Amino acid sequence: MLHPRVIPVLLVHDKGLVKSVKFKDHKYVGDPLNAVRIFNEKEVDELVVLDIDATVDGDIPNFKMINDLASECRMPLCYGGGICTAEQAKHILELGVEKVAFGALFFEQPEVISDLAQQVGRQSVVVVLDVKKRMFSGYECVIRNGKKRTKIDPIEAAVKAEELGAGEIIINSVDRDGCMNGYDLDLVAKIRKNISVPVTVLGGAGSSSDIRSLIQQEGIIGAAAGSFFVFKGKYRAVLISYPTSKEKYDLFVSIENKH
Amino acid sequence: MISIVNYGVGNLKAFINIYKKLGVDCAVVSTVQELQAATKIILPGVGAFDHAMSLLLKSGMRGALDDLVLGQNVPVLGVCVGMQLMASSSEEGELEGLNWIPGRVKKFDKVKLNNSGGLPLPHMGWNSLTLDYEFPLFADIDPCARFYFLHSYYYECDNEANVIANTEYGERFSVGVNNGNVYGIQCHPEKSHQAGVTLLKNFARL
Repeated sequence: MLHPRVIPVLLVHDKGLVKSVKFKDHKYVGDPLNAVRIFNEKEVDELVVLDIDATVDGDIPNFKMINDLASECRMPLCYGGGICTAEQAKHILELGVEKVAFGALFFEQPEVISDLAQQVGRQSVVVVLDVKKRMFSGYECVIRNGKKRTKIDPIEAAVKAEELGAGEIIINSVDRDGCMNGYDLDLVAKIRKNISVPVTVLGGAGSSSDIRSLIQQEGIIGAAAGSFFVFKGKYRAVLISYPTSKEKYDLFVSIENKH
Repeated sequence: MISIVNYGVGNLKAFINIYKKLGVDCAVVSTVQELQAATKIILPGVGAFDHAMSLLLKSGMRGALDDLVLGQNVPVLGVCVGMQLMASSSEEGELEGLNWIPGRVKKFDKVKLNNSGGLPLPHMGWNSLTLDYEFPLFADIDPCARFYFLHSYYYECDNEANVIANTEYGERFSVGVNNGNVYGIQCHPEKSHQAGVTLLKNFARL
């Protein structure tokens, strides 16, 4: 049977890898290529690399860096950051990347997403929803590293992303980013009820039991994390880690029994 | 030499990297002329069926591929949509396939996915396979090994005897097909860690 995916997410800022807390306070955690090599050895399920500078700086994607990462990567790779046209996205896929991810563009020029999905198939098109709690009640999507509000509810956005042709939706909780105190399971359940494409959840994982809770609730899902795979201990020392295949399968036992 | 067909889709670099590390002679080929040196062929592919098929036709290599594969019996491995192109047709598009292994590419049945606890589509992630170990392509692959999948359509062979591997996702479906020198695999061995490397090594040794 198909297993849930356990996915490290790497953020690129000023050519290095960083990890944020609530989208702020970026801490340098290493070199992107070196991290990919380590994750190769650990046989990770998938890797997501997001360039958090490109869109806000108005830059096009750094094709040289993407090419280097894709050449090194021995597992499926998803890239996001600064992609503005279907042509750029196709070029990235040609470099050996499996999936391209979109944030702001999905809200600002959704037609690019549908064009691309028609050309390359929905399996390579990912929409990332950065979700923030509203001041009083409910949630809304934010874009451009959390700096711009959209006033759009994440359920509505997820349904629209699926309609446009997204083959996967990454739900990223801004409020839990880097906090390592658990995923927002309510948010995930609400969104997932309304869509049928694969979902990957990001923001909040701080331990194996956080991942287990997500899988217990949602079954086949992508469990993504940043801090959990790059920091160790309460002083957040940089150390790249990933569960061994035994540890990973132990996480899945709860659903193996269910099926 | 293993020739990896470049017609504008698919992850060519991943194959080259693996074969380089294994010390196997391989090259990306984009023209009929370059294709002539092939002693083995890998036909990669991602994306929509018609998009891939029209690019393959546009590349001008279709005739030469037919000649090498059907006329000269050069072993060929189709991967993902590269495998699906080997069918007669696809529910995903209008164009005819290569028809190297008669069959039709079908979409997963939503009802069956829903009945299996609401499985999402595409079929995305790591799944285990049931392999027919009589085929040397699968030699030394651990029965528990998992391979990476990313697709919404699957190959249904007209002749069940052409199926050499299958897996389950809402229903049992074929993920490996064979007809003489023609092989197809739905998962991505080039992105499936050690098990994938073993499969590609086996293909090089056929």
